[in-house]
Amino acid sequence: MYKNMIGRKSEKVKNMVERGHVRRFVESIGDPNPIYVDEQTGEKSRYGGNIAPPTFPRVFDYGRVEGLNLPKKGLIHGEQSYHYERPLLVGEEIYCYTEVEDYYEKSGSNGRMGFLAVKRYGEDTDGNVIFTEKMTTIITETVRRAMNV
Amino acid sequence: MKNITRLTTGEALDDITLPPVSRMDLIKYSGSSGDFNPIHTIDEEAEKAGLPGIIAHGMWTMGNLAKLFTPYYEEGFIQDYQIRFSGMVFLDDVLTLKAEVEEHTDAYLYFRVRTVNQKGKDVIKGKVVFSKYE
Repeated sequence: MYKNMIGRKSEKVKNMVERGHVRRFVESIGDPNPIYVDEQTGEKSRYGGNIAPPTFPRVFDYGRVEGLNLPKKGLIHGEQSYHYERPLLVGEEIYCYTEVEDYYEKSGSNGRMGFLAVKRYGEDTDGNVIFTEKMTTIITETVRRAMNV
Repeated sequence: MKNITRLTTGEALDDITLPPVSRMDLIKYSGSSGDFNPIHTIDEEAEKAGLPGIIAHGMWTMGNLAKLFTPYYEEGFIQDYQIRFSGMVFLDDVLTLKAEVEEHTDAYLYFRVRTVNQKGKDVIKGKVVFSKYE
């Protein structure tokens, strides 16, 4: 079921790196550094403004891939990676979309598990890619059986 | 604070040990990240999923680990950040964040990074490529 999803993409969705959201996010990971939250520090920095931390794209909306339905429960987050051209700036607009990169199955001690690899993109208003994100989700055999995939 | 641009292979940034993981930490992260999977906040839901108790969001732990690099934003930025989630984090776990230099070139610092629990087990591990300015 997931195999034929490989290569499918979502529509681009406009997101905003919101100041208040960045503040709440960095507080929740215990990293309220002035470069994220203090306007003066941001202005004096080489970025000319505040930035967002590398895992902030967790909050963005990447749109929906037509036909890709994931179970709400029973998923295991296996791997996560980010690649940046530069840090995200507070206040900027980022256009995000997602692409199903790969799906494969492997047998392990817990039965036959599915591995779904998804790549996500964040572009600036000129269409330059600012970051990409890869996420591998493990779907356990129990869940796969229940879903008939 | 160490001078990041002077670090050589085998040297490390200063470790950070976090306060014991609390339910409030995970409630706050659920809210700020939008990940409301109840196995991170509600005991009964975690038990129904076959877990001994609620577990931290992997992305909460990954977010925490990156703060080792935050003080160095004028010297460079995290260009690549790659993590494998290798163990679960439970309430009251005491986590220590670590980053060790693997290689230092003209343009980049390559770090091996990991978060270790109070039993000495890696809960997440991976790599950071820190791109230096100039």
